[in-house]
Parts: sequence; structure tokens; C-alpha cells
Amino acid sequence: MIETIAFYLFSVLSIGLFSVTVLSKNVLYAMTSLASGMVLISGFFFLLGADFLGVVQLIVYVGAVMALYSFAMMFFDMTRDIKEKNTNQARVFLLGGLSALMLVLIFAAPIHSNEVAALYPIHEGMGNAQDVGIVLFTKYLVPFEVAAIMLLVAMIAGIILAGKKMDQSLTEDTSSDDILIQKDTK
Amino acid sequence: MITLTHYLVVSALIFSIGLVGVLRRRNLLMLFFATEVMLNSVNIAFAAISHYYNDLTGQMFAFFIIAIAASEVAVGLGLLILLYKRYGTLDLDGLSNMRG
Repeated sequence: MIETIAFYLFSVLSIGLFSVTVLSKNVLYAMTSLASGMVLISGFFFLLGADFLGVVQLIVYVGAVMALYSFAMMFFDMTRDIKEKNTNQARVFLLGGLSALMLVLIFAAPIHSNEVAALYPIHEGMGNAQDVGIVLFTKYLVPFEVAAIMLLVAMIAGIILAGKKMDQSLTEDTSSDDILIQKDTK
Repeated sequence: MITLTHYLVVSALIFSIGLVGVLRRRNLLMLFFATEVMLNSVNIAFAAISHYYNDLTGQMFAFFIIAIAASEVAVGLGLLILLYKRYGTLDLDGLSNMRG
């Protein structure tokens, strides 16, 4: 019973919050609703018994990714509302709905055939973190290490891309200031 | 009683919200947000399938999706900062200098 209530509460709230993310003109509203929607999605994971995945979702998405977005927000001028030239709304909604429906059909077709057998079954007596750890460090060890290398590459790329010319100010146009100063001195 | 179909329908709804965002938005930062929404919806579907089929593979793939999303954000935000430094805008119509 409480699972049903929680499921409907989480789904309604997360769909509403993600709609705000997609439709809002203000970047700060969009980012805040995206962060709270991700918290609700970790609630889904806890409902599904994937405790470790929920904790990782909270730490990585809500903690790291949203903090990265909010720090990157300092580089952009985001106090104004975004002006966008929008294309035809009805056509966009129709296209989005149709392709999502097609994706659902593609993914649901093999799942609902009854030939799916559990490759790495969930053990009843163990906690979710132990179960995940055993499978991750035996069967998925190579993808795990490759993901670690990918994260290292991404970290170096982020530092190099964002760190260039960090001593120059973005908001104050120093070149025009120099020209003004030169004019004043003349 | 909540079945797998409920979770898949919610995941499809959130995915279509993200897809509408990708099609509708013209600002690059908002496109990133819409991409995050789509990745999260896929994670819900993986976790639900993993629970109802009693199989851990779905959760493993969800972990790798989270790792990919984190590195995508790190590289993408670096590129966005470079674009903003060079052009002063993140609007896709303002960035199209090929006039195609």
C-alpha cells in the first residue's frame, strides 16, 4: 500500500519537476527543479530495492553534477531570462511523443517475451551493496576499470578546457577598458 | 500493485519530456539539462527491470550510465565555457556561423 502511494507521489512530482526543467525560461529554476527531480528518482531506486544505486544517484547526480552545473553557472550570465526563437510547438510535441513511443515498443518487445533468464540473480539474504560489489568486481571488472580511465580522461579534459586563460575576466571586457584608459591618457 | 509496466510508462513519460526539451530548446545549457533528464529516465527503466526480473545486470548498466553522464558533464561544461568565452552567447541560432 505504502509502495503504491510512494510510487504515484514520486512519479507525479518528478514528471512535474522535469516539465519545469524543460519548459522554464529561467536557468536557475530549471537547475533547481532538475536537482530535486533527481532526488525523487533516487527515491524510485530505493523503492525498487536498489539501495546502492540510489545512494550513488544522490552522491553523483545531486552532489557532483549539480554542483558542477552551479559552478559553471558563474561563467555564464544567467540572471536574465533566456530568449529563444521557438519552432512549431505542436510539431515538436508530436515528434517527441512518437519517437518515445517507438523507443518503448522497441525496448518492451523483447522484455515481454518470457525467455528472459536472470544472468546474475539477486540473493535474498545479502544486502544490495554486497550483491552489487560481488558482481561488479568479478563479472564487470573490465568495464569498471575502463569507466575509471574514462572518468580520468574526462577530468583532465575538463580542467584543460575550462582552465585556459582563467586569469582573464569574462564579465568585464578588459580590452575595451584598456582602450578607454589609453584615450583618457591621450 | 505496482508492476513493471507502471515503471516503464513513467520512464517513457520522463524520456519524452527530455526529448521534447532537446527538440524545443535553443540554449546549449538547457539542452544539457534535457539530456540529463533522458539519462535519468533510462536509469529508472534499468532499475525496474532489474528488480522485476531478479537480475543485477540492469543495476550494473545504470552505474555505468551514471559514470558516462558524469564525464559527459565535465567535458561538456568545459566546452560550453570555451564557447561562451569566444562568442559571448550559448544560443544555437547565434552560434551558427555557417549560415546553412
